[in-house]
Amino acid sequence: MAKPKVAIFSMACCAGCALQIVNLEEKILDLVGAIDVVEWQEGLSEKSGGNYDIAIIEGSIVTEKEAEELRKIRQTAKIVIAIGACAHTGGINCLGNHMSVEEKKSIVYDGDAGKIDGLKDAIQPRPLNAIIKVDAVVPGCPINKNELVEAVKCLLLGKKFRLPDYPVCFECALKENGCLFDLDIICLGPITRAGCEAACPSINKECNGCRGWVDDPNQNAAKDILEKYGLSIEDIKKRFEIFNAYKTEIMEKKNA
Amino acid sequence: MHNNKNMEIHVENVTRVEGHGIIDVEIKNGEVTKCLWKIPETARFFEAMVRGRRYDEIAGITSRVCGICSIGHHTASQKATENAFGITISPQTEKFRKLLMHAENFQSHILHTLYLVLPDLLGMKSVVEVAMACPEEAKIVTRLHGLGNEMSALIGGRATHPITSIIGGFTKLPSEKELADMRKKLLNSLNDYFAIVELLGKIAEKIPVFTRETEYISLKNNTDYAILNGNLYSSDNEFYNNADYRNVMNEFCVPHSTAKFTKNLRASFMVGALARFNNNYAMIRPLARSIAEKLGLKAPCHNPFMNSVAQVIETAHSIEDSIVLIQEILEEGIKKECLRDIYGKADAVIKAGEGIGMVEVPRGLLIHNYKYDEKGKVIEANCVIPTNMNHWNIQHDLEKLVPELLAQEKTKEEIQLACEMNVRAYDPCISCSVHEMRLVNMDWK
Repeated sequence: MAKPKVAIFSMACCAGCALQIVNLEEKILDLVGAIDVVEWQEGLSEKSGGNYDIAIIEGSIVTEKEAEELRKIRQTAKIVIAIGACAHTGGINCLGNHMSVEEKKSIVYDGDAGKIDGLKDAIQPRPLNAIIKVDAVVPGCPINKNELVEAVKCLLLGKKFRLPDYPVCFECALKENGCLFDLDIICLGPITRAGCEAACPSINKECNGCRGWVDDPNQNAAKDILEKYGLSIEDIKKRFEIFNAYKTEIMEKKNA
Repeated sequence: MHNNKNMEIHVENVTRVEGHGIIDVEIKNGEVTKCLWKIPETARFFEAMVRGRRYDEIAGITSRVCGICSIGHHTASQKATENAFGITISPQTEKFRKLLMHAENFQSHILHTLYLVLPDLLGMKSVVEVAMACPEEAKIVTRLHGLGNEMSALIGGRATHPITSIIGGFTKLPSEKELADMRKKLLNSLNDYFAIVELLGKIAEKIPVFTRETEYISLKNNTDYAILNGNLYSSDNEFYNNADYRNVMNEFCVPHSTAKFTKNLRASFMVGALARFNNNYAMIRPLARSIAEKLGLKAPCHNPFMNSVAQVIETAHSIEDSIVLIQEILEEGIKKECLRDIYGKADAVIKAGEGIGMVEVPRGLLIHNYKYDEKGKVIEANCVIPTNMNHWNIQHDLEKLVPELLAQEKTKEEIQLACEMNVRAYDPCISCSVHEMRLVNMDWK
């Protein structure tokens, strides 16, 4: 049987999620034996140009050109996996969406914006699924590399890859960590999807919601926590924006 | 016989570098009519992202400028905020931050020199091909890279985008036993490291011979090989006041690039491992110095292709300096810091003001600069990234390199490869360089 063809693409992002693939270290040598990495601009010189079994994509879409490229990848790939917060929720790239594209260009480039070719087709940043159908998501900023390996294995075996459907608090409690709210720190553990093994709260740093909202957050429990610590929904919302500004934007449009 | 009188070289995008960059060369009747290093990378407008955000969120946002040097961004950002509020950190925190910076330097230099540059020197297309052809060496490479990441994770909580390092201190420190184990692993890694140096020594003659003297800019101080602290220093003009950095960077825009370019006293300047090596050779650790002698790199060196060799030498410095730092920390004993105190440190002193943070990251000098309001929210922000500083220097290298190769009657393929290798030597991080931030109408002191 021919090895499955896997391509890795980077849209607008810090490239930290693709780096997690390199960070598999010696495991990457096994991986390279099981799959055929046919395209990866940052790692290989070759470019194959299509018919992928799996396309792994990091980053948000911030130009028309990228949107077009993404549609082309979708047409030629059997399975598309969005990796990392930028691809999944739009990530921090959407944090500036309270300003128009023109406003952003003018603050950053002053009067020069008009003459720079690469800025002409800039659009408001958005996640992949705002443009194409995504088959699976490996969330996080950066991703949990083991979760990516699991996702690839599942999808190659024809199984559906499922993410945990409970909040980070659940994993945090299992580790018997103290609660950061007791230190007056706003933590998004109660509403954020688990699967990171409570990476941040376990070392005394608040959860900033990089894995996105759990499907059915227990709103009453969340409200109880806020009340107990004298916090408002606005406090949480502002924090949640860091990695989920696109979702907040969509929700506000719906409510308007 | 000239077989290269007319040629077009168009590489879109240069592979084995982070981000998107294009080499565009056109030769007509033996004359170079076009030679451009273009940056089409899409802009991310970080300025818009951080405006109005609280001081304690900023490092976590701006570290996302770059996944590969996230520790450097995180640290520069914290230093800028601490500078704005007048916060001092303990000598112990200082040591742990330096360890964290070394861990990143170690990881990133191995990634660049061995995953991205080595295939060129072996005449191969990618590290995958290298892994197939030399499985034993590939294992050494992944072991070294893994150790750099393990050290980042031990101090920072994970390999990419550190968690534990916050304004004023750390939310969690490793135990003394964990540190002692790490010290042992670093000592043991030297065998792997020496094996790599051996290998590089054998293929070093594949590094192109090319000289173009330029201005070398880095941090510099009197106490160490500057990574975490120091003053702006130019090989042409000695020290600058850090607050005057804008007058050293002189950022400007060109139509074919979404990244801003910089220049100072000459046509262009260079930052990164070679610039640091040239400016701070006297402060480098003895092991690194012996490797430099072995690989034949002398300061000052004006061959940009040798940047990768300087990175290999700096890797030895990072390993040795980390071993010494850990020893010092263990001898002094780790002082436990109260979590509530660390978290409360900044809250107690928030004030309107401006701060600058400068560090040396794997690719060179990194500058973060913020202006805060009285509630500790960002009004304006600016970052200047090493790859921005190097873009214009790459442009000037290519302008000298292409005619030289043409005169040597090199083929199109050879010229193209040399151009790509030149770009790669700088270890560019292009998405970083198009992050974009900018200050407007700011009243600079």
